[in-house]
Amino acid sequence: MLILHCPYCGVDADETDLHAGGEAHLKREGPGSTDDDFEDYLFLRENPKGVHFERWRHVYGCGKWFLAARCTNTLEVFGTYSAQTTEPPQEIKDIISEKRSGWSWGNLS
Amino acid sequence: MSDAVSALNGKVAAGEVTVRDSGLQGMIILRGDLADKKLRSACKAVTGLAVPERGKAVVEGKSGLCWMSPDELLVLVPYEQAGEAVAKIDEALSGTHYLAENVSDARALILVEGEFGREVIAKLAPVDLHPDSFGVGDFRRTHLGQVAAAFWMVDEDTFAVICFRSVAEYTFNLLAASAKAGRVGHLV
Ligand SMILES: [Zn+2]
Repeated sequence: MLILHCPYCGVDADETDLHAGGEAHLKREGPGSTDDDFEDYLFLRENPKGVHFERWRHVYGCGKWFLAARCTNTLEVFGTYSAQTTEPPQEIKDIISEKRSGWSWGNLS
Repeated sequence: MSDAVSALNGKVAAGEVTVRDSGLQGMIILRGDLADKKLRSACKAVTGLAVPERGKAVVEGKSGLCWMSPDELLVLVPYEQAGEAVAKIDEALSGTHYLAENVSDARALILVEGEFGREVIAKLAPVDLHPDSFGVGDFRRTHLGQVAAAFWMVDEDTFAVICFRSVAEYTFNLLAASAKAGRVGHLV
């Protein structure tokens, strides 16, 4: 069972209170983008065994979207943070580096 | 004018922990900037209470304010005053970005009363209801069994549960079954 801390409510929300929203930090490619960039944005997703960044919605709680950094292999949660970010905060990256040295994900490491 | 009737129409399941329909309750959804002075004074004007902190409810009798999300409050007023309260809020917040809607007839309010009421709820919701984690005045939006619900602790022996009107019967029966099944004994 996955438990994520909602940064808006400040409560630890059980998986059944949440709705998964797929990969975090997608950069939208709109009209004018190349076919390759658009395909990448629309269809291609990270699918790591290990460090991952995801969107979650506290659907039965405050209704807000937030982002989570966790390990898909062990279900360890490194942290959750605001959805109003284009990349994980440094403190989250530091926690991951401490626990999974040499990690990488997309352009991040 | 038709006579308004609460979804559960006074239903009671008496027992060691009693589950009862709380009757008609005025409820207003208020969305906006909770730090805004105008909004805060409008809340004070219609309930007589100050905006609660995150995760809390302040309720006195039929009036109250519940923290629903960073930009949403549930405003409780006596049922017959809900329309008037919305008008007051509209007047106070006119010109600002907000939403106030009377949802009284879309909801049900159920009371769970008794010594192990805490356990009756704990069996149904994925919430840490240990006395160290959840106390009087704490408010939580979550789900009970299969349906969305919110609850707060009124006093040591009473929980107030809000659900949608359409699932009031289910929620009531769920709580009554949990109460009837007795205490678990983990939360002493
Ligand atoms: Zn939340």
